[in-house]
Amino acid sequence: MADTPPVLALRGVSKSFGAVRALREVSLELAAGEAHALAGENGAGKSTLVKILSGVHRPDAGQILLDGEPVEFHGPADAQAAGVAVIYQEPTLFPDLSVAENIFMGSQPRGTLGRIDRRAMRAQAVALFDRLGVPLDPDRPARGLSIADQQLVEIAKALSRAARVLIMDEPTAALSGNEVARLFGVARSLREQGCAILFISHRLDEIFDLCRRVTTLRDGGYVASDLISAITPDDLVRRMVGRDLDALFPKQDAAFGEVALQVRRLTREGVFTDVSFEVRRGEIVALAGLVGAGRSEVARAVFGVDRWDAGSVEVAGRRLKPGSPSAAMDLGLALVPEDRRQQGLVMELSIERNIALAGLGEVRRGPLISRVAERVRAADWAQRLQLKHRSLSDAVDVLSGGNQQKVVLAKWLARKPAVLIVDEPTRGIDVGTKAEVHRLLSELAVGGIAVLMISSELPEVLGMADRVLVMHEGRLVAEIPREDATEETVMAAATGRPAGGGA
Amino acid sequence: MPADASRPGTGLFHRWEGLILILLVAVTTWASLGVDGFANSSNVSFLLLDVTEIALMALTMTLVIVAAEIDLSVASTLGLSCAVLGWLWNAGLPIEAIMPICLVAGALCGALNGYLVTRLGLPSLAVTIGTFALYRGLAYVILGDQAVADLPPAYTGLASATLGPIPVMTLLVALLAAGFTAILHFTSLGRAIVALGSNEEAAFFSGIRVKRIRFWLFVASGAMAALASLIFTFRYASARADNGSGLELAVIAAVLLGGVSIFGGRGTLPGVLMAVLLLGVVRNALILADVANEVLNFVTGLLLVASVLAPNLGAVWRRRSSPPLEGKSAS
Ligand SMILES: Nc1ncnc2c1ncn2[C@@H]1O[C@H](COP(=O)(O)OP(=O)(O)OP(=O)(O)O)[C@@H](O)[C@H]1O
Ligand SMILES: [Mg+2]
Repeated sequence: MADTPPVLALRGVSKSFGAVRALREVSLELAAGEAHALAGENGAGKSTLVKILSGVHRPDAGQILLDGEPVEFHGPADAQAAGVAVIYQEPTLFPDLSVAENIFMGSQPRGTLGRIDRRAMRAQAVALFDRLGVPLDPDRPARGLSIADQQLVEIAKALSRAARVLIMDEPTAALSGNEVARLFGVARSLREQGCAILFISHRLDEIFDLCRRVTTLRDGGYVASDLISAITPDDLVRRMVGRDLDALFPKQDAAFGEVALQVRRLTREGVFTDVSFEVRRGEIVALAGLVGAGRSEVARAVFGVDRWDAGSVEVAGRRLKPGSPSAAMDLGLALVPEDRRQQGLVMELSIERNIALAGLGEVRRGPLISRVAERVRAADWAQRLQLKHRSLSDAVDVLSGGNQQKVVLAKWLARKPAVLIVDEPTRGIDVGTKAEVHRLLSELAVGGIAVLMISSELPEVLGMADRVLVMHEGRLVAEIPREDATEETVMAAATGRPAGGGA
Repeated sequence: MPADASRPGTGLFHRWEGLILILLVAVTTWASLGVDGFANSSNVSFLLLDVTEIALMALTMTLVIVAAEIDLSVASTLGLSCAVLGWLWNAGLPIEAIMPICLVAGALCGALNGYLVTRLGLPSLAVTIGTFALYRGLAYVILGDQAVADLPPAYTGLASATLGPIPVMTLLVALLAAGFTAILHFTSLGRAIVALGSNEEAAFFSGIRVKRIRFWLFVASGAMAALASLIFTFRYASARADNGSGLELAVIAAVLLGGVSIFGGRGTLPGVLMAVLLLGVVRNALILADVANEVLNFVTGLLLVASVLAPNLGAVWRRRSSPPLEGKSAS
């Protein structure tokens, strides 16, 4: 045990992007058979560190050590050859190839004459899934797999190449509870088989659940490496933020006003059926359920992105024209969508232009856009959401994931909506800012806005919601008032088990 | 380098436009010094007049391509509008009544493109290749291969009239160019066009009426082609069904050379206008220098290829070199 060098280590690594110093002399050691967490606020440099380990970026200074020996990765292929595999939050499989073909992409088992040996490929895929303990069908196409299953395919791919280091950058952000548990099961068994794991998450409980060590970064600098058993979550937050944090869920009670959003018997065939609910001014209503229950689809239909087949939506008593986001926005509706890269942002446009995009009419002076108004609007919200950025005219694609999410929030909050629908509002956002976003939502509610919040994070649902609506397989199956909402009642409804009481 | 200069889709002037400007100045200087008959006022008028139709159609084409669409049918629309003009003139209608009818016909051509693209969801490349043939064919159906030449001198005169060395039509181009530049770069419509060309889904989620904007861009493109057809017909004092054939390539080449991304979401109008001039100057100078026609075609072809390749080379290269996972990474 004593003196085996770490499988993979960074020593004094620095990396800058122009004037942004993303990493400053960071060191990290990954030991075989150990899960290691990387913690830090949005923009602390976690993903940058991952990209250095995976050969995407090259460090400006410092060394990468493989089994104690300095190495240079000239590209992702080098890192892969060295046994480093990375699982991203959204894997990129070839949708039309089968699961097995995806796993062996580029390293297919060969038969005579160099032909791809399909039978061997299939058998090996089955063996891999056995080893992972997940029943995935190697013959089905990758299209239509859930994100969680796609991640497992990526992990199988890593295993097939005898990966010794598995890096996961926010793999759980888009997973439901069961899927996280399954992923952790796989991670644990890999760990036992001698893999080194680097795990990134903004959910502290996951870090404490899975990992043995945690390294913390702050503003690109190395803060500490601790044994998980030696610290508390509060200690970890203090290392990340540099100070003590206040209560995580400062929900204030608001007085409810008249009904702001009324959804009646909304149906979109094959997606959701007969969904009715209302949200009052001042109220925060959570829409809970498993991933795939149809929550986002309801939100999209209400906002007009998708059409519906039957039913109606009223905003402040006025009937909404279906299929038109601009009509919805005219009535004061706003939707912070689920997928920030595809739906929330135009990645090549600057921060300020993205924030202005949903309110072009509001940054206009006469017929022309006012750059000053645009800048002021963006600066105001960047400050309120503690956006970590260099210049507001930078393209959003250089921001860290969490900071991109803040830009999406800013874009919609700047419209001062009457009804705010947020779909996974704190996905990828760090603990400190999460509390800030919750405070903001709570304040908005107190100010008379109706909030409909879709969230897969139970603590968020339980902490924020005045009322919890639960969906299961496209239907609204339960409505739970704040007093009765517990992890058990919500999960029972979400999984379709008959709850103890009504529903 | 100022933070604004290198970033796509925001400011008015980028590195690429700077390059085109330098090239334009260099080629013009070379032609003035080295090509006989280039730097006199009648040639300047001729040159400016010669790019009128291309410049006009490039204005709308820029918006269309920034919106990640393309309109290959513009020159055919121009031909159809010419045919309509010739036919109605033969039928004895007053020219003042014919001109608005031509504009409407052009707008209708654009509307059909727009309808097929936005309502039926067909790719504009396929749709406008189809209407490219359709509109030109229709032009022949209407006018056959006759040439209508007895057009009113008041209009044919105006089409090539000059104020000093500057053609009157160039003033019209300048006026419209200023308007379109303002639209693309300083209005919310322009912002919306850039956004939807870059990420249609995010634009739609932002309340931008993606389809409506695209539809009207095609209508504008068709109407602009018809406007160009009027100038073209009067300038050559001849309305024929084959007027302006092949012009769509010159228009698209100028737009791409001007730095507009063929993938949409990026480009500036000043860049396009300079590219129109650049291509015009090169052609004009080579003709004056008595370069053989084959060489002329070769050089024009070379510029076409370069115009498609160069501005997009960076983008293509970035796409190919970035590992597929990087762009999709979670954070
Ligand atoms: N390609 C790039 N160009 C310029 N700046 C970049 C680039 N990539 C990252 N940065 C900057 O480097 C810093 C660190 O970003 P990184 O993505 O590593 O943060 P992170 O810790 O992963 O944050 P999050 O928790 O939000 O995902 C940020 O300030 C970011 O804006
Ligand atoms: Mg990150």
